[in-house]
Amino acid sequence: MSEQVDYSRRRLLTAATALTGAVGAVLVATPFLASWKPSARAKAMGAPVEIDVSKLEVGAMLKVEWRGKPVWILRRTPAMLKQLAVAEPFLADPHSDGSIQPAYAKNDARSLKPEYLVMLGVCTHLGCSPLSKFEVADVTVSADWPGGFYCPCHGSKYDLSGRVFKGAPAPSNMTVPPYTFLTDGKILVGADSAAAA
Amino acid sequence: MASENSGTPQGSGLWAWINARLPLDKMLKEHVTEYYAPKNFNLWYVFGALSLVVLVNQLVTGIFLTMSYKPSAAEAFASVEYIMRDVDWGWLIRYMHSTGASAFFIVVYLHMFRALMYGSYRAPRELLWIFGMLIYLALMAEAFMGYLLPWGNMSYWGAQVIVSLFGTIPVIGDSLAEWIKGDYYISDITLNRFFALHVIAIPLILLFLVVSHILALHEVGSNNPDGIEIKKHKDAKGIPLDGVKFHPYYTVKDTFALGVFLIVFCSILFFAPTFGGMFLEAPNFDQANPMQTPPHIAPVWYFTPFYAMLRAVPSFLGTQVWGVLVMFGAIALLFFMPWLDRSPVRSVRYKGPITKIALGIFAVSFVVLGYCGMKPPQGIFPLLARIFTGLYFAFFLLMPWYSRLDRTKPVPDRVTYDAH
Repeated sequence: MSEQVDYSRRRLLTAATALTGAVGAVLVATPFLASWKPSARAKAMGAPVEIDVSKLEVGAMLKVEWRGKPVWILRRTPAMLKQLAVAEPFLADPHSDGSIQPAYAKNDARSLKPEYLVMLGVCTHLGCSPLSKFEVADVTVSADWPGGFYCPCHGSKYDLSGRVFKGAPAPSNMTVPPYTFLTDGKILVGADSAAAA
Repeated sequence: MASENSGTPQGSGLWAWINARLPLDKMLKEHVTEYYAPKNFNLWYVFGALSLVVLVNQLVTGIFLTMSYKPSAAEAFASVEYIMRDVDWGWLIRYMHSTGASAFFIVVYLHMFRALMYGSYRAPRELLWIFGMLIYLALMAEAFMGYLLPWGNMSYWGAQVIVSLFGTIPVIGDSLAEWIKGDYYISDITLNRFFALHVIAIPLILLFLVVSHILALHEVGSNNPDGIEIKKHKDAKGIPLDGVKFHPYYTVKDTFALGVFLIVFCSILFFAPTFGGMFLEAPNFDQANPMQTPPHIAPVWYFTPFYAMLRAVPSFLGTQVWGVLVMFGAIALLFFMPWLDRSPVRSVRYKGPITKIALGIFAVSFVVLGYCGMKPPQGIFPLLARIFTGLYFAFFLLMPWYSRLDRTKPVPDRVTYDAH
């Protein structure tokens, strides 16, 4: 028997063991990390919801829940729609170029039908829920207020289409979720068409 | 081998039997009865021991709270009410835990400020300081996750704001936030996992870090208000001339300080457990409601300086990740203290006027930012937050220059000490 130690053999075995161990560690970590993703039940509960708006009064807002977020359906009056143009000079992103909405809602009214605004009632700053401040010149916001939404957390302001004002901490307009009209009085929130649901 | 070790008790008896098998006596000597600490410690040196006591308080009360608490969205809020009303002494155990959380941050902030004053982060104590900072980070994670558990409306929206911070990271942000929540919003799933992290994962990490912090301290030895090494002057046995045994000399002082601390702690615990809405916020007496934001969201006081910085930065280039970067940067900079400070002396006692003013500005900035973070972002507060965020960063970023340029006084050879 040789007393000579074969260092290259030891190095090879050490390297091979370390490499196999590292691959094993990554593989073992995968199921644990993946277990944090939304579960099958969470995904199922995040499915699209049907909302009946046939009884919604003009000028009133309906709040429903979808994926734990408030979805607002505001049936705007003609006067409210006129205020959109009044607010425009104050807006940071009037044409919604840097905001999230389906292509069919990338317009001034940010909706399929101008009368109905369907929007996530979530401030794009840090996820608070803005307050309804529909009154023109509401002094709790400002004297030249054109009507819209005001976030109580960090002071972001939005117009009646959820478009953000300049100088607000929020970076973009409020998000419009995918939605579609199943009938004149029934909206499906969470899918672009009845077939996709 | 035990028989060759002069420090191990010989002979028979249980103590000798144990020590032949486990170095209990050796460890006690090394870390308690024969750990030599500088004899010139002042009041600032009690907060380390106090934070250890508060940690024990949090662990013990926390264990008892888990016995009655239900970590589910449907039951959490009611189970906290149940602890408060129906469990014998449940209110006391819960208030000890909630007041203890604030007390933890008070003693840790004072402990950290002590290190900043006397240069306790300087070589060879860099790793000791880094372990301390990691403890602070773990403590913030622990406090944040614990705050969701009562499932009050402020719990809910506070968590919403903080988890959204991760959503601001470009490209991966949204899926990262979804991964943390385990759902499309802060839900039962999120609450359940925060519970697991709060009661077992982070406490284990905290304990590991605290042990490492103490081992690192005992390896390099304690700094002192003069910022000089007591190991430079040793007697024939190798014991520092300016050192005294941790036990009994500092255990007795720490015990006295603990008495004073407990008087203040119990006064708050019994007479003002919510501390005027600062320790327990009013909106948290309403159950979590994803559809209804509280009129004004503010985190608990110990997070408000960083929250003020977050809000001080406006969004630009279509993202508001900048405020998040500033907020995390404010904490990250602290890690680099050992390398930012280029002064030839450690302690503020021998540093010049520029350093003293800078340290004062830093302390004032932290307090003012803390106040701004509690207030709604209106009127003077956004401006104040921006100014003091700037000053906070200037303290760190300009340090390599002003710490080197500043005048220093000659450092004494032996520690400054008056017998008393």
